[in-house]
Amino acid sequence: MRRPTEEAPWLRWVLCLAAVGVAVLFLVLPLAAVFAEAFRRGWEPAVRALADPDALAAVRLTLLVAAVAVPVNLVGGVAAAWAIAKFDFPGRRLLMVLIELPFSVSPVISGLVYVLVFGAQGWLGPWLEERGVQVIFALPGIVLATIFVTFPFVARTLIPLMQDQGRTEEEAAATLGADGWRMFRHVTLPNIRWALLSGVLLCNARAMGEFGAVSVVSGHVRGETNTMPLHVEILYNEYQFVAAFAVAGLLALLALVTLGAKAVLERAG
Amino acid sequence: MRRRAALPGLGLALGVTWLWLGLIVLVPLSALVLRPWELGLAGVWASVTEPRVVAALGLSFGAALGAALVDLPLGLLIAWVVVRYRFPGRRVLDAAIDLPFALPTAVAGLALTALYAPNGWLGAPLAAMGVTVAFTPLGVAVALAFVGLPFVVRMVEPVLRDLGPEAEEAAAVLGATRWQAWRRVVLPALGPALVSGVALAFARAVGEYGSVIFIAGNRPMESEIAPLLIVARLEQYDYAGAAALGLAMLLLSFVFLVVFGLMQRRLRRGVV
Repeated sequence: MRRPTEEAPWLRWVLCLAAVGVAVLFLVLPLAAVFAEAFRRGWEPAVRALADPDALAAVRLTLLVAAVAVPVNLVGGVAAAWAIAKFDFPGRRLLMVLIELPFSVSPVISGLVYVLVFGAQGWLGPWLEERGVQVIFALPGIVLATIFVTFPFVARTLIPLMQDQGRTEEEAAATLGADGWRMFRHVTLPNIRWALLSGVLLCNARAMGEFGAVSVVSGHVRGETNTMPLHVEILYNEYQFVAAFAVAGLLALLALVTLGAKAVLERAG
Repeated sequence: MRRRAALPGLGLALGVTWLWLGLIVLVPLSALVLRPWELGLAGVWASVTEPRVVAALGLSFGAALGAALVDLPLGLLIAWVVVRYRFPGRRVLDAAIDLPFALPTAVAGLALTALYAPNGWLGAPLAAMGVTVAFTPLGVAVALAFVGLPFVVRMVEPVLRDLGPEAEEAAAVLGATRWQAWRRVVLPALGPALVSGVALAFARAVGEYGSVIFIAGNRPMESEIAPLLIVARLEQYDYAGAAALGLAMLLLSFVFLVVFGLMQRRLRRGVV
């Protein structure tokens, strides 16, 4: 006999099938379409598209941008989480709201704000130009826009966890005479490592995949200021569909690895 | 409470945090707030009430709202099944929900376009039924529903998990059918989480760019989203006009989020 708080078996089956159906239609099919289009003419054209010098330059730029943006947000995120989770100070709630702010801003606006500051008619644009420094349509602009859109990831994964953990362990370490860095390295860091890694992974996935914000500040110079997502767009607009989907497939692979790693980390933490 | 000062590092942590926040977020965002007014008040108003802008804002906000409302039942269904039932593939389903978070938006845009194009896997059968998705406002809504789905699932899941069986058992003991218990006990308890999920999906969808522009067709007055107009204005070096539109989008989203917040508060009061 079934318990009164359970649905009839047929209904459970219908609901499960419906959920899986939605997931297949909504999540699996788009992903499958990327790979199907990439390998439409077999492996060879897809591999050739990835080995193209412009594609390789895009991969290098994407890695470089992520290699700067992620550590910046890692340091900022850990500092913010330390202050917010372990201390009480005036402006704490405001700080939490401000850190989340970049997530509620359109990617296009995230790029736009840097153009308004550093662009040719921006606040600092003319001053920088006289000194030969180019931010917009160059690497620094791409890095800044990427830092903006990935800003909250690390802080928001750490804050709830560190709040739950409280401050007793750190206080014990301090009482036993550990200085700040030792306490952080031997007490705090081991406690937060899985969440920290998970936050870094999400931050990195978004940094490598960001399109809108980077598109606004990049200038789209092939082989120079094109990240991988921008390279995908250019290829697609030139009707090089196999090549576009091949590079897109590489990015989709990054997303899959990130999801897998995140699932593993959630079970570890 | 005197011992609260025993931990070191507040000053350093706050210094780093405010420096990071100020340089990356606050100073650049202040440009968005300050620069539109170079056009003057009347100029700003004229620039955000052009017919093409109004149409684009209508599409961005309308399609975002529609997509979030589609995500509501779909997200609830997935969250319910993942939390309440055990079946083969449940873990994979649970991990797959985050795909729209992890998949770069341009990739999602290309994938959805390939899928819903008139010769695509889904586009061809739909075309046979007389429905065109790609390159229409419907395509915009489909892309936005894709990016918003995980928000609803991830907001509902923890609440559903914490909702013990006691209340449902009580309802059953008092003679409620399973449907009545669900409708009168479970759904009200999930209400606030559902509203936050919809609000988050909506907020994300309003500003969405990469996953939309490939499938939208981008025809002025018809399938052109507001962020694309910002890009168009920047390409013409109309910084103030681009900033005015960006600011208008932020203010409009803020109004919507306040409304969602009020709805949530009412629902929560209903539960307690």
